[in-house]
Amino acid sequence: MSHPLDVPGVTGEEGWRGCREAVLAYRSVSYELSHLEALEAESIFIIREVVAELDRPVLLFSGGKDSAVMLHLAVKAFAPAPLPFPLMHVDTGHNFPEVIQYRDARVAELGARLIVASVQEAIDAGRVAEEKGPRASRNRAQTVPLLEAIEKHQFNAVFGGARRDEEKARAKERVFSFRDEFGQWDPKNQRPELWSLYNARHRRGEHLRVFPLSNWTELDIWQYIDQERVALPSIYFSHRREVFRRDGMLMAWSPFLQMLPGEEVTTAEVRFRTVGDMTCTACVESTATTVEQVITEIRASRVTERGASRADDKFSETAMEDRKREGYF
Amino acid sequence: MELLRFATAGSVDDGKSTLIGRLLYDTKSILEDQLAAVERTSKARGDEYVNLALLLDGLKAEREQGITIDVAYRYFATAKRKFIIADTPGHLQYTRNMVTGASTADLALILVDARKGVLEQTRRHAFIASLLRVPHLVLCINKMDLVNFDQAVFDGIREEFRKFSMKLDVADLTFIPISALGGDNVVSRSDKMPWYEGPTLLHHLENVHIASDRNLIHVRFPVQSVIRPMSAKYHDYRAYAGQVLGGVLRPDDEVMVLPSGFTTRIRDLELAGKRLTEAFPPMSVNVSLAEELDISRGDMICRPGNPPLVGQDLDAMVCWLSESTALQPGARLAIKHTTRSARAMIKQLHYRLDVNTLHRDEQSAQLKLNEIGRVTLRTTVPLFFDEYRRNRHTGSFILIDEATNATVGAGMINGSAV
Repeated sequence: MSHPLDVPGVTGEEGWRGCREAVLAYRSVSYELSHLEALEAESIFIIREVVAELDRPVLLFSGGKDSAVMLHLAVKAFAPAPLPFPLMHVDTGHNFPEVIQYRDARVAELGARLIVASVQEAIDAGRVAEEKGPRASRNRAQTVPLLEAIEKHQFNAVFGGARRDEEKARAKERVFSFRDEFGQWDPKNQRPELWSLYNARHRRGEHLRVFPLSNWTELDIWQYIDQERVALPSIYFSHRREVFRRDGMLMAWSPFLQMLPGEEVTTAEVRFRTVGDMTCTACVESTATTVEQVITEIRASRVTERGASRADDKFSETAMEDRKREGYF
Repeated sequence: MELLRFATAGSVDDGKSTLIGRLLYDTKSILEDQLAAVERTSKARGDEYVNLALLLDGLKAEREQGITIDVAYRYFATAKRKFIIADTPGHLQYTRNMVTGASTADLALILVDARKGVLEQTRRHAFIASLLRVPHLVLCINKMDLVNFDQAVFDGIREEFRKFSMKLDVADLTFIPISALGGDNVVSRSDKMPWYEGPTLLHHLENVHIASDRNLIHVRFPVQSVIRPMSAKYHDYRAYAGQVLGGVLRPDDEVMVLPSGFTTRIRDLELAGKRLTEAFPPMSVNVSLAEELDISRGDMICRPGNPPLVGQDLDAMVCWLSESTALQPGARLAIKHTTRSARAMIKQLHYRLDVNTLHRDEQSAQLKLNEIGRVTLRTTVPLFFDEYRRNRHTGSFILIDEATNATVGAGMINGSAV
């Protein structure tokens, strides 16, 4: 029986193979890309695809390492033309000052437009109820100002720096991830995504979340930061800080966190593996002051970055899926 | 370090989750907190052993029902390669999921239970891998421990599968006897099967030659967008952004631009200010040309003596992906092919293919979810394409329902329809 693709009149396979072999023999050095080059090529293709097909994109820029890499890729994708879309920071009001400094410096350097969607404003206006108590966090509250800003500015594509290796709900996420008019993600009803043919179609009021770093891992990100000399906020490297232990994690002391009885503030040499809201981002003890040293530590680490540093995912097995369904990053 | 993407197919019973768990665990890609979370959940559910499938099944519905719903992507790396696993479930929507996972895979890994041998689903998975032109196929004969590591069992399955695979177009086929549970021949060599002289699974994944799977002959560069800075400093800068889908481009090469057919030379290849002496798949680059031509998104840059097929009438295999609708002759759909979007009309459904028996049902009036068939379709504008067998990127397309915007079909081009 013949192969279903063997169509009468479409032949010439022999000649084709011979031709290919000849050229490969001629060029004995094969055209190979490193994994970082392959990932970069894919991400740049994705970012360009969005700009070609969607007229109102925005890039979420928190100042964290993933968004720093995503921004770096976006700049490369359009250079020497300027970045063709604005940046948006969803500001919980509980920021690390070093990160805000870094954010503003990067925005100024690029001459980019920054939109700040404020959780504090949403709370003040009564659109979000603030969580109470010592474990209160504004992490989940970010969804409301995020969706409000998307609606206000009529964005139809929102670049996020999420990676599939971060978390098990994210492992099921598409690169072009459709959101309905409520900003909701329906994990059981996602568009199949084949080859590199991305479907950007949507109706007015709906939008797409686009994740150009889907296939990157934490280690890829750091190796790329090293290779491309991507600047980062200083708190990603070892520094002295007042910290206290909670739930097996090392939390940075800040006026935004209520201490529990028995918790004690000490000083330690730490760095952050992820950067988010101060109330739910923990640090790890570290002496790494360079990117190279950070990479060495990550290679040896036996805990994932979210496990080491994110209090928000420990509430339940499906905390991330629950937040994402509501429209979270 | 190279990147290898592979798709795994099989059902829970084949030990697929155990195998993936084993690969991740033995390469130290599962970390303590992930394992602790799985242990907690296993215990809470009253499982007798730590259920590694929980590591892979992330969605609430999957955990509740104990099944995998959707393609999940997993990542691990060794000193030699970085791996992306597209883990496709064997139960629900198997064809849709496997077609999706296989579309980007360099290698497909199919699991066979040594006690059961080649089953209908083995044949189905192998057929889909061959239809999607996954260049390398690995058949892992699992649970060898349950057949006393008997060489005769392995040889029997290998021969049976070989016979079947002659009907398919599989370029590279490898058989590996393993026990995922015990780790035999997965990462380290088994001392229980001295008769097997081939590589372990991980060794094969690390060393299988994938660099020449790409098409380096036929230059294909679909234009994604035009980069024009509109600034005093880069007043004259004008370049075409895109990803190389075939061939090797070099400065000063003569090129032809479709649809206009005009020829000119490549002036410069670069990305973000870094000049390149050559560009090849899958690089994303900026191409500038010696002459100013009218070029926009969806146009194709190629070599004058070696253009793609050009036309509005395509002969293609289509896999239907929609639950709520069916593909029928006369249907009008949106089509996306490379960077070109158009509308398409299904002119004819030649046959529906039974993925289990490979039987062609020529009486079939429509394609439903998970069904594959051969169609001819006509597009509103000419496309610049290749046969899928020659180039998986310029030979593939998706079909989109214009009413719902859902992706409803995946197509692989056989050639021009006459």
